[in-house]
Amino acid sequence: MSHTMQYLKGVAIAATFLIGSAVTASAFTACQVTDTGGIDDNSFNQTAWKGIQDAQEQLGIESRFLESQAETDFMPNINSLLGGQCDLIITVGFLLGDATQEAAQANPDQYFSIVDFVYDPPIENVAGQVFATDEAAFLAGYLAAGMTKTGIIGTFGGINIPPVTIFMDGFVRGADYYNAQKDASVTVLGWDVEGREGLFTNNFESLDDGRAFAQNLYDEGADIVLPVAGPVGLGSAALADELGIDALKIIGVDADLHLTDPEKGHVYLTSILKRMDSTVFQVIEATMNDMFEGGVIVGTLENSGVDLAPFHDMEELVPDDLKAEIKTIRQGIIDGSISVSG
Amino acid sequence: MSAKASNDNLTQNLLQRAAPSRAEFEDLVIVPIFAVIVALAVGALVMLATAVDLPTIGRSYIALLQGSVGSLNALSETLTAAAPLVLAGLGLALGFRAGLFNIGAEGQIVIGGLAAVIVGFSFAGLPWFVHLPLALIAGALAGALYASIAGWLRAATGAHEVISTIMLNLISYRILDYVLRQPFIQREGRADPISRSVLDSAELPQLLAWIDPNLRVHAGILVVIAAVVVVHWILFRTKIGFEFRASGKNLDAARYAGMRASFTIVAAMASAGALAGLAGANQVLGVLDRASPGFSAGIGFDAISVALLGRSHPVGVLFAGLLFGALKTGGRQMQVDAGVSVDLIGIIQALIIVFIAAPLLVRAIFPWGFRKPQTEPNE
Repeated sequence: MSHTMQYLKGVAIAATFLIGSAVTASAFTACQVTDTGGIDDNSFNQTAWKGIQDAQEQLGIESRFLESQAETDFMPNINSLLGGQCDLIITVGFLLGDATQEAAQANPDQYFSIVDFVYDPPIENVAGQVFATDEAAFLAGYLAAGMTKTGIIGTFGGINIPPVTIFMDGFVRGADYYNAQKDASVTVLGWDVEGREGLFTNNFESLDDGRAFAQNLYDEGADIVLPVAGPVGLGSAALADELGIDALKIIGVDADLHLTDPEKGHVYLTSILKRMDSTVFQVIEATMNDMFEGGVIVGTLENSGVDLAPFHDMEELVPDDLKAEIKTIRQGIIDGSISVSG
Repeated sequence: MSAKASNDNLTQNLLQRAAPSRAEFEDLVIVPIFAVIVALAVGALVMLATAVDLPTIGRSYIALLQGSVGSLNALSETLTAAAPLVLAGLGLALGFRAGLFNIGAEGQIVIGGLAAVIVGFSFAGLPWFVHLPLALIAGALAGALYASIAGWLRAATGAHEVISTIMLNLISYRILDYVLRQPFIQREGRADPISRSVLDSAELPQLLAWIDPNLRVHAGILVVIAAVVVVHWILFRTKIGFEFRASGKNLDAARYAGMRASFTIVAAMASAGALAGLAGANQVLGVLDRASPGFSAGIGFDAISVALLGRSHPVGVLFAGLLFGALKTGGRQMQVDAGVSVDLIGIIQALIIVFIAAPLLVRAIFPWGFRKPQTEPNE
């Protein structure tokens, strides 16, 4: 009963307010389905969305997005974008892998692109975007090891899935590399590369967790923390803001958090950039030009798909020697003389 | 005078119970309808306040309508979203009737879904008519056992079920994380907590896949209808249902009348848990085909609203669940068509509950919708 009434009322209100809103047909529409972090997470989903917005500005496309509030939303969110209204559906996140696969196979004429997932064997109408994030994280690990005063640095992740742990792998190995080069003994808390176990909040939403996990690491002596959990890291930044950057510095992920989180911008030593905006843009451009290709696009240091953000406010704090070493290592990773995979 | 007055009151109450009166009809039907209307209107004001212009608001409410009932796919999605809400809501309603404020549906969904998924991917080779019921029963049983913990704590130690069920929710999340990492449950080749996929023989089949494979409505909806009928029958046609309701109205009186209070508490919690467990099973067997850390998706908490909105009546819960399912599905379309945030749907849902919880407020806003209250001796 009550639900019919609701719609009657809905129609009534709508009819009153509706002042002719003809749907304009557009040349090209790109649609995004976020994971549970939401479109304004300052990092993961937002970076991908920026790619769509860039395309909107430069290529004049239309765009839509749908936020997932829970994992159960993935499938229906993708479904509600089907039916020809989107020329390209971009699903953001490893956890959307199953849902995207199912939708792509049921709708072979619809183009999809997914961030952080590779299908084996590849699906013809899905372009996967993955990132050699460990290359940039390796630099961050080296940097953090060179900057720590306590000799302890820490990291924690959102969920124990490859696109998260690849950050932690690179971070730990970068610190190890520093230890080997300098005969130092910097400890990394929060991730065991061999055992594949570590600290995880098991969500990509809770800023409280971000704070609590950073606090735990800080209590264990860590003065630089790398949270790899999208918006969860904003909670860690809030803690660093209170403690002061001498006590705790944060390394951002995905976007340059100094820019996307300006309020707490001063706590970020640097950010490990995962340039989803550029790969998303690439896929959109290719699709517009009828050049869509299923398969995989890999972002690396070499093609600027991943990178280390500028130090911004901390420019002065980072010794010039360290900067020079990082530059050398960066080159070494690109030309293959330094291996980031252990 | 008090003896006379209370006597009159009692007679009136008895009469009311025998034949639902106009007043009850107003409470059950008219108040919720007006609550929805006011909530939508206030929702529009909230949108206005956040600088959404009038045409967009109009478009978003049209999208809400289209997205929830405007097409076959929309209907299918509404039913899919409503199914677990109704199941868990029925369980909560049963508890409310027995005077138990059970906040634990979320945890019971988690444990029930987990049990169902384990049975669902084990036992390869069983025919579907054995495997599917087995998985559903496993879900219901696990949910019932988990809820009984809170029931037993209440009956044996007096620990309040609100506290114990909330705590059990938190425990269930950790149990889920732990169990999903066990090698015989975790999917091969994955490091994150995710279960193996449910076998085809244990899946709740899609009902309309022959029209379009994207129509997700599945046989769980039949389970829902059966559950509504069964719960209605238990509550209003059986001795145990009478005991539930009697204990809920007045525990002491029920005890003096010779009812087994402890047994009633545990039985009510177990039934509530069984229904929530079925909701969990419904999700993993019908929608997700697997379990992962977030699979319960807050359904157990939404179901509290559904049970309250449905006034703890099975049929009311059914309609309330459909409404919430429609809001969820329509909200998605609102976001697609009008670019209005899905969070607004949460606000509208919350407003509906606020207005339902304050019937006097609704009566004050729509005086013409209700019969004038008769002069009552006590108030």
